[in-house]
Amino acid sequence: ATSLKAAESPYKIDEPVTPEKDVTSYNNYYEFGTGKGDPAANSGAFKASPWAVKVDGLVSKPREFGLEELLGFPLEERTYRMRCVEAWSMVIPWIGFPLAALLDEVEPLGSAKYVAFETVVRPEEMPGQSGFFQPLPWPYREGLRLDEARHPLTILSVGLYGKTLPNQNGAPIRLVVPWKYGFKGIKSIVRISLTETAPPCTWNLAAPDEYGFYANVNPAVDHPRWSQATENRIGEGGFFGANRRDTLPFNGYADEVAGLYAGIDLRANF
Amino acid sequence: MAVFPTLPKRFHGPSVWMLYAVGLVPAASAFYLGATGQLPGNAVKEFEHLLGLWALRFLIATLAITPIRDLFAVNWLRYRRALGLLAFYYVLMHFLAYMVLDQTLRFEAIVADIARRPFITIGMAALVMLIPLGLTSNNWSIRKLGQRWNKLHRLVYVIAAAGALHFAMSVKVVGPEQMLYVAMVAALLAWRAIRMRFLRSKRQQAGPIRSRPATEKAAG
Repeated sequence: ATSLKAAESPYKIDEPVTPEKDVTSYNNYYEFGTGKGDPAANSGAFKASPWAVKVDGLVSKPREFGLEELLGFPLEERTYRMRCVEAWSMVIPWIGFPLAALLDEVEPLGSAKYVAFETVVRPEEMPGQSGFFQPLPWPYREGLRLDEARHPLTILSVGLYGKTLPNQNGAPIRLVVPWKYGFKGIKSIVRISLTETAPPCTWNLAAPDEYGFYANVNPAVDHPRWSQATENRIGEGGFFGANRRDTLPFNGYADEVAGLYAGIDLRANF
Repeated sequence: MAVFPTLPKRFHGPSVWMLYAVGLVPAASAFYLGATGQLPGNAVKEFEHLLGLWALRFLIATLAITPIRDLFAVNWLRYRRALGLLAFYYVLMHFLAYMVLDQTLRFEAIVADIARRPFITIGMAALVMLIPLGLTSNNWSIRKLGQRWNKLHRLVYVIAAAGALHFAMSVKVVGPEQMLYVAMVAALLAWRAIRMRFLRSKRQQAGPIRSRPATEKAAG
């Protein structure tokens, strides 16, 4: 990771930032293994540069963005809460730019309603993608509604803690949607497609009753196997501190995003 | 005809106490690391998970004593009570870690978890079933209960199956690790089903050719 300059941003929550060592050593990134320490341990051989992201589908100007172009977008530091569907959370100082800025460049057509994302497939560099046991079908896929994708809180992140992204955090570019569960934040993106219908999403396909398309953080809707009412803040309080806290609707971003879901039954559309 | 060198008799007692001491090391060291902030990431979950995993390992070791004796003529029966009790202690600690450290004594949430989440219900059932076994793991109870003791302690088969299931159902994707534990428990339970037939055929083969000392037969 090399240092990265970013402008201050008003999107900065007033909570202690999670220690960098926890953010970079406690990860879910199944392409590198299913253990929390696997991504940090197994991502050394991954080459995050050179890189290109192909943007296509229902757009007037489909094109590829090279890594330098991506880093050329006006970068901001955004300190967001990150709530994992597994009921733990962190506070992370991301560096990135609004996804809307990239979408503006390719000019989505009027028929575009959704945005689909794909992670790179490189079995030779990603041990979780090769061998006898593979936990998920590749590539990892995620998707957003176009209005969610265009929301100012939604960013493409290229760094954290003032540096470029470590491989285990999704180098060189990943999605961050702070009001949704962490698995929506697809890592090492190689393709973004604008579509008319809802795109397939990896976890939703794997267990549709456990992981919905929206996956908005919602303390009132439990995961079938655990409660979502509370969360464990990583790196805070250790064994005996009161590190279990109440989970907030939309992960605390309800004022900004609740309007996107007016008239939608969030219990059915979890 | 033991495959392993036999332990001199004077070490039998001390070796059992050694097993208790060594068996508690994983819990003690993880607790120390966690309490001093040296467990990375989600310290509470790591600790909780480690305790559950060792509970399952000790259950498997407990169930392995009989097939080891049947197949390799190695009698480790003297360690079985310690292994079983270690499993019980680890299950208790696993539950305490969940209740005190993880849920921070939010009883409403704990009760809801036990009632509503099948994998937690199954785990809790295993803990409840272990209590009578733990309480009767002493010579007095064995004498007092006689044949009923054997019957009661067959509950361990249900407990081990529940433990393996609890582990497999707790993860997002069942991987090789969970499959390995489920397979080990399944194999150990399956051995009980075919064991009598195996012992009979073994005795028939050995019987007419050379007579065996009576002690070995009694140990079956």
